[in-house]
Amino acid sequence: MDRRRFLSTGGFSLTAAFLAACSVDRSPRAQRLLDLAERKNEGIERSLFHHSAMNSARSGAKIAGTAFPSYFISKTVPVWDEKVRGPWALEVSGAVNNPVKLTLDDLRKLPFRSQRVDHFCVEGWNAVAVWQGVRLSDIARVVGVKPDAAYVDFQSFDDGYHESWDMDSAMHPQTLIVFAMDGHLLGMAHGAPARVHSPVKLGYKNTKYLTKVVFLPKRNGGYWSDQGYEWYGGT
Amino acid sequence: MTGRHHWIVRVTHWVNAIALTLMVGSGLRIFNAYPAFARRGEQFCCYPFEHKAIPDYLTFGGWLGGARHWHFALMWILVLNGLVYLTFIYLHGEWRDLVPRRGDARYALAMLKFYLFVSKTHPKQGKHNAMQKVTYFALPVLAIVQVLTGLAIWKPVQLGWITALFGGFVWARYWHFMTMVGLIALSFAHVFMVFAVDPYSMQSMVTGGYREDLSPEARNARPFYHLLPRWAHRPTQEK
Repeated sequence: MDRRRFLSTGGFSLTAAFLAACSVDRSPRAQRLLDLAERKNEGIERSLFHHSAMNSARSGAKIAGTAFPSYFISKTVPVWDEKVRGPWALEVSGAVNNPVKLTLDDLRKLPFRSQRVDHFCVEGWNAVAVWQGVRLSDIARVVGVKPDAAYVDFQSFDDGYHESWDMDSAMHPQTLIVFAMDGHLLGMAHGAPARVHSPVKLGYKNTKYLTKVVFLPKRNGGYWSDQGYEWYGGT
Repeated sequence: MTGRHHWIVRVTHWVNAIALTLMVGSGLRIFNAYPAFARRGEQFCCYPFEHKAIPDYLTFGGWLGGARHWHFALMWILVLNGLVYLTFIYLHGEWRDLVPRRGDARYALAMLKFYLFVSKTHPKQGKHNAMQKVTYFALPVLAIVQVLTGLAIWKPVQLGWITALFGGFVWARYWHFMTMVGLIALSFAHVFMVFAVDPYSMQSMVTGGYREDLSPEARNARPFYHLLPRWAHRPTQEK
């Protein structure tokens, strides 16, 4: 075999390998394997999860401020219109002993938390902000979560957007229901009047424009999870 | 025909080749969702192509979510495969052929002189020459760095101490990318040299057998010189 034949055979087999690779990425068998891997990975991720693992933004990192990206699924920025919807309140319900509706004033009466943390986007960027609000675990104590609650669904008025979480991540001390960012009341682009924020989950799990926190015995998918993004989405 | 590569080495080699290719492809697809390193609101010093996407035909997985599923599934195959390989070469003694030794620098220089036509005869060679040894030693080292930087950006909170080790999320992501560049560069150099200097070694990575009479030393072969076996029968030609 001469040099030219060596090169062309080599080149051809490489191309064939690439073509084979390109067609496997949509086959149903591959999809089943990927689903299996996602379930196994979730098990590993859950076993890695500790409430003592905390995030704090590096001291040199700048607060993103106006550079903090804002996403919503409605065509225009979702705004809570009191004339149409009445006064905003956060409904906390589901597998709880005392379902409540919390106004912003009610939320302010709970122990106040402020944290300067990273926000990790599934796309790969991160941004730093100071988030201010109350711990979800403090709210859970107020409503008395039933023992069969294993998941929490965060629902919004942004065109039905929601994402459900595992209980462990929801009760992490850095998982907050926030109503202020960088020292100002939450802006319309960032989920006003209140949103979930936690560095322990990727951005899309952090529901903005929050209306309901529902404790559930079973998981309830989510806007992006149902479209094929991983459900767990932990950091 | 002498036996060169144990079947475990051959199987792990090809599993690695396929898995690594798909990891690079799916990794680049994930990268394209934010083809930059700067933290929001900041600039990044050390990457000249900020916000320039990698061409689609170099990516794998179709879309961000799909590529992430592939990346997080194949990573286990790559890690398990790597562990099998490293355990095998440790137990079987092959690691001795790969660990750099005193005199390898001088040997590498001699190889370079030969390739650049400064010296006329191929330096004496055992299983691998010095430049091969450096490459085959560096690849697993880079792979370990790649696993660690990968963990650092997969779990920047739960494994935050690894992330901190690499200088935080932005830098860990950068090193994950640059280590990939290193792995690609070494892999391309490796494949190029297989075809340009020792195509007969292809057989040894498939069936395991290797014809010593066709080795680069026997053929006195440089890249693209003395590729054909007939040179092996006239080893004194250039001496």
